[in-house]
Amino acid sequence: MIIGQIKNGIVLDHITAGMGMELYNLLGLDRLNCQVALIKNAESKKMGKKDIIKIDEEIDFDVDALGYIDTNITVNIIKDGKLFKRKHLEVPEKVVNIIRCKNPRCITTTEQELPHVFKLTNREKKIYRCIYCESKGK
Amino acid sequence: MNHLIDILQLTEAEIDELIAVAEDIIANPAKYAEKCHGKKLATLFFEPSTRTRLSFEAAMYELGGNVLGFSEAQSSSASKGESVSDTIRTVGCYADIIAMRHPKEGAPVVACQSSTVPIINAGDGGHNHPTQTLTDLLTIHREKGTFSGLTIGLCGDLKFGRTVHSLISAMSRYENVKFVLISPDELKVPDYIIEDFLEANNIEYVETTSLEEAMPELDILYMTRVQRERFFNEQDYIRLRDSYILDMEKLKGAKKDMCILHPLPRVNEIAKDVDNDPRACYFKQVLNGKFIRMALILKLLEID
Ligand SMILES: [Zn+2]
Repeated sequence: MIIGQIKNGIVLDHITAGMGMELYNLLGLDRLNCQVALIKNAESKKMGKKDIIKIDEEIDFDVDALGYIDTNITVNIIKDGKLFKRKHLEVPEKVVNIIRCKNPRCITTTEQELPHVFKLTNREKKIYRCIYCESKGK
Repeated sequence: MNHLIDILQLTEAEIDELIAVAEDIIANPAKYAEKCHGKKLATLFFEPSTRTRLSFEAAMYELGGNVLGFSEAQSSSASKGESVSDTIRTVGCYADIIAMRHPKEGAPVVACQSSTVPIINAGDGGHNHPTQTLTDLLTIHREKGTFSGLTIGLCGDLKFGRTVHSLISAMSRYENVKFVLISPDELKVPDYIIEDFLEANNIEYVETTSLEEAMPELDILYMTRVQRERFFNEQDYIRLRDSYILDMEKLKGAKKDMCILHPLPRVNEIAKDVDNDPRACYFKQVLNGKFIRMALILKLLEID
């Protein structure tokens, strides 16, 4: 893959510089068989430096997880080598298996098949709480 | 499906309605004696709490219904590692409504997700215990006729006491309520209770360490136990313990119509001779607990 030329795939742009690797792991990109490029410290007029991830396949991924990490990231869907759609992210109402509940008294500690679900309870302060025990997500 | 997991799920109007039904049950018990004929309540107590379980069972019997269940995890399939949701699905095949107590926080939320019948949270660890709060509210309403304009003293362990936190959250919705938070510095109300409920609703409150000084202005005094295990050292516990024990001497400065509540069981935080004072309402509170649970069962089963 020549960086910059994707036929059908996804480009995650405007990632805060240094956060690229964390996103790569979080989205499970290490498990993909297609070509993936992680570009660190790319020049950006807006941000000075930024990270970019290019994925050479149109995969399904957790958009809410991205929004939880950083709403400044833009998601560009590429089709036939052209920009097909650009998605802007929002702070998600709910995240599943992104934050883990750390309360030792929470039901998720004994029932390990339960998904760790956190709901946004304060948009201003971006506070998420476990839907089971209501502990704050960290 | 109707469930009751957290007291704040109920609007003020729904609480008023439950209280009105409970009052009617108290006034006309015969009218309700067959309301739940042919219905079964399952009491699933994954951790023992005889007091709460008996209150639910008595409530169902007085409505003419039947009761089944278990009183500790050892006697249930949970001891074989069955998940909460499988237990609930199974029991839902036999019972029309479930009251569950579980040592883990949030277990009733899991139960609701797979239940085909209404779930009542009868306590999930140190988290929620909405029928205790309903009991407290019914008692306050019966004694005072209103929730507005009351000065409520909460005394003892305000840090870990979940009944205290729930009562604050429920009472913060009424007008002109004032809280007097009486506790040792080690056991003050957590910050989030102050921020999320008291300050968010512009509720007047004061924090103090002296029960005697607070006494004269109180309409309600809610006592809780100061437990030894909450203190780092024995001296602190012994030094503080007696300051938060209610006796006739401390009651001298109280209003004649003040109402003393306690979620029970009591150990020594209220002296025995206070029991005979007309202001002691904690045994009435136990009885009210049965009546409000009767009203709740009817509401969740949608029986008029
Ligand atoms: Zn939790």
